[in-house]
Amino acid sequence: MGFPDRIERTVELAHPPAKVWAALTTAEGLGTWFGDQATIDLRPGGSAQMTWAGGHAADMRVERVEEPTVFGFTWHINGLPEDDPRRTYVEFTLEPAGAGTRLTVIETGFAQLPDDAYRKAFEGNTQGWASELGELASYLDAA
Amino acid sequence: MPPEPEAIAEQVFAALADPTRRAILAALASGGPATATDLADRLPITRQAIAKHLGLLAEAGLVTAEPGERRRVRYRLRSAPMRVAQQFLAALARDWDGPLDALRDHLDR
Repeated sequence: MGFPDRIERTVELAHPPAKVWAALTTAEGLGTWFGDQATIDLRPGGSAQMTWAGGHAADMRVERVEEPTVFGFTWHINGLPEDDPRRTYVEFTLEPAGAGTRLTVIETGFAQLPDDAYRKAFEGNTQGWASELGELASYLDAA
Repeated sequence: MPPEPEAIAEQVFAALADPTRRAILAALASGGPATATDLADRLPITRQAIAKHLGLLAEAGLVTAEPGERRRVRYRLRSAPMRVAQQFLAALARDWDGPLDALRDHLDR
């Protein structure tokens, strides 16, 4: 597969899960290491936002909150228009590792198909080509 | 069978790899729908070459042909495949290493 759907990283951190959890799930934590400022309503369905001094912002929707082991959220895919409904899902998993924490982050959904409306547009397009190319050919022949 | 994202992205990147097709797509993006003749007036490319490339772009689903004035076919850029290609680029551009390093520094502080 050339189209990456999933990005995965694991890091070993020399701090207990409770401390890592706080860094990932509080406005103070997210607004320090990730964004320049953050807000978070830590419950499934809650909203979170990170903003950066340059004016960039990331809006997130909290999906999974299982303290202190799983924190998941979805967010917008960078580069797609604001109104595009597609989002990727980011999940942090925390496992105790000695005195520290093994933190895994998995982001999935980059290769998801467009929603049904887009899908129909693609299919409609494929079927429509025969007639449109026919018109093109007759136009070119006439020119 | 709906097309796979990879197949759609491949069409977009193949189209963009050619300077003539890139110029045509850029002209449609900036100036809106146009006929092959309009494009030949605006670009340093022969009308024949433009017509050939528009045919390839239409086959790939990156432009759509629609009836225009005086039975001229007008071509319009289709944004849906471009959005699929952007998903691919978003995956390549996603940087988790930087934020995870920053998280480590934050915790160690």
